[in-house]
Order: sequence, then structure tokens, then C-alpha cells
Amino acid sequence: MNENSEIQDVELAVSRWLRIGVIISAAVIILGLILLFIQGGSGYPGDTYPHDLPDIFRGLIELKPYAVITVGLMLLILTPVLRVAISIWVFVREGDKLYVVITSIVLIILIVSFALGKA
Amino acid sequence: MYSLEILLISILAGIVGSVLGLGGGIIVTPALTLLFGVSIEHAIGASIISVIATSSGSAIAYIRDRITNLRVGMFLEIATTVGAITGAFIGGLIAPNLLYIIFGLLLVYSAVNMIKRKKGGQQEQIAMHPAAAKLRLGGSYYDKAAQEQISYNVGNVYGGFGVMYGAGVVSGLLGIGSGSFKVMAMDVFMKLPLKVSTATSNFMMGVTAAASAGVYLLRGDIDPHIAGPVALGVLAGATIGAQIMQRMKSKTIRMLFIPVLLYVAFQMIYEGVAL
Repeated sequence: MNENSEIQDVELAVSRWLRIGVIISAAVIILGLILLFIQGGSGYPGDTYPHDLPDIFRGLIELKPYAVITVGLMLLILTPVLRVAISIWVFVREGDKLYVVITSIVLIILIVSFALGKA
Repeated sequence: MYSLEILLISILAGIVGSVLGLGGGIIVTPALTLLFGVSIEHAIGASIISVIATSSGSAIAYIRDRITNLRVGMFLEIATTVGAITGAFIGGLIAPNLLYIIFGLLLVYSAVNMIKRKKGGQQEQIAMHPAAAKLRLGGSYYDKAAQEQISYNVGNVYGGFGVMYGAGVVSGLLGIGSGSFKVMAMDVFMKLPLKVSTATSNFMMGVTAAASAGVYLLRGDIDPHIAGPVALGVLAGATIGAQIMQRMKSKTIRMLFIPVLLYVAFQMIYEGVAL
């Protein structure tokens, strides 16, 4: 198999999905800022804002500006994870076992460190 | 309503961050605390969002144009993430001021190394490290400034891996971003071309930051009113920066990078001595 075309496929796939993720998250943040402008308030009392998942999603359904912005930020935070996950998938498809293992290790460590941070 | 001003500063942070392979926190954090009176917790929360936005915004172009070396990034990411977890655990065991000083000196060393490398743009050809060959880390990219395809080998894999691990420990211990260390490990130790080093550093930084950003968000350190405009501004800036960087000479990037490196180095040494 041609090494170069193999790497190029991985790169194009990662870049394409990344762009989609970034555009969606930016669009959601912009929507939240527009809502903030139109409604003239954040949807929450004083300087508070939602930061646990049930509150955020409830606020999203009610289109509260701060909740919408936060969902956009969460989508942005997920883009690097998405990047790693897609790389694994593409390496699997390309039959590159060594890098399937390396990339999977990275994803597992990411999940572990997230779990550790939460505790 | 300071959203617009935050947005403008964030665009600048995104440009600088994507060109130099740093997260942009170096601009966002002081700007928010000093200019806008934002509390340090919210400034750090916004700066971690800035790191991810710089990374993802610039990665679209860098990966597509093959400047990022995905394999080097993934391989070294193991060292950084394991290092970060180690750092979080040994927090009480090691004196952080000693680490500050050691890593500060390491940065001074690499800055001196960079100054000595007078040729700047021209990368000396080095022999491929056996481990690099096994991991197929070598690569090539099209340099838009030099208008030529540049192939490169990768040296001193173990040294680079070790520095990356150390950088991970420091960021886990002290909660600082480590873009300057990542660029140093790849540029000074592994002898990757500077553009490949900064782009790959950018790529990696987003991955490392994602885990802590999730924690920050659930803890309530990410204020949407500040982080929202920061995210949009930095995304825009990073997209612009990724285009500018490809057309810049490596020598110019190096000239911009060295003062930043020295600034971070002296700040670390100062913190180490002051602690």
C-alpha cells in the first residue's frame, strides 16, 4: 500500500470532520449571543449560569441564552476528542494496527483523566 | 458591554497562538484579568477554551495542508497525558518550585539553542532515529513561503518523549499550558521543522486541554458571557493565523518565538524562586 496516500486519507477525513464540528459549535455560540442580545437577559438570575448537565439541557430546550452558549462551548470541547476518535476509525480502515493501538491508548488516557478530574 | 472588546483581543490571541503553537492563554489570561477585571478562575476557564479553539480552528487548515504530523502528535500525546496524570497524583510529593526552576532553565537552554541556529529556515538534514523509523514518524509538507516540498527525518525520539512527559507532569502539577515545551521537544530535541513543530503542538494541545476543560465546565469555572466571545474570536483568529503562518518564513516565526520562550522561562524561574 502507498504510505503517502494512506496518510493523506487520514488527514483529509480528520480535517473534514473537524471543520463540521467547529462550524456547528461556533453556530450554536453565535445563536446564544444573538438570543442574549434579543432577550436582553441571560435567562438566569444575576451573575449565575448553569453548569451541571440537567440544568444546561433544560435551559437549552427553553432557549435560555447562557444555556445555549454553554452547549456551544461543550461542543467545542468535544472537537479534539472527536478528532482522536475519527483518527482511530480511519487507522482501522487503513489497516494501520500500530497507530490504532497508539491512538486508542491516547483516547483511553483522555477518558481516564476526565474521570479522575471529576472525582 | 465588553463582549466586543473581548472578541477583538481573542482574535489577536488566536492568530498568535496558531502561528507559534501556543494556546493563546498567554494573551487571554492577562488581558481578561488586567484589562477587564475578570476573576482569575474565570480567566483560566476562558483560557482553556481559548486553547481548544486555537487548536481546532488552526488544525482544520494545518491537517488538510499536511503541516501537522499526526503520527508524531499521537505518539507524543501518550507521554503528555500520562505525565499530566502523574503530575496530578504526585502533587504533594514534589516541590513545585524545583520543577519551575528546572523547566525554566530548560526553556532558556532551548532559546539559546534556537538563537544559535542561525540558518533559520534551512533545516539541517539529520539521520532518522531507529525508533522514529519503526514508528514511521518521518514526513513531508509543502512550504508555501519557500515554495518547495520539504521532507524531514525525525531524531532523538526518546529525548522528545521524555521532555513531553516532563511537560505533562508540569502542566498536571501547576495547571499551566505547555505549548512552549511541546514546540521545544519537537524542534530542539527531535529536529522537526519549526512549522511542523508549532502545528503539531497546536494539534496536541487541544487534545490535552479537552479533558481538563470538561472538568472546569462542570465545576462552573467557564462563564458563558466571557468564554463565548473568547471562543468565537479565537476560532476566527486561529483560522486567519493558520493561513498567515504557512506563508511566513520559518526564520521569522523563530524570531517571534524566542522572546516568548524567554518570557515564559524567566516567569517560571521567578515563580520558582519566589515560592
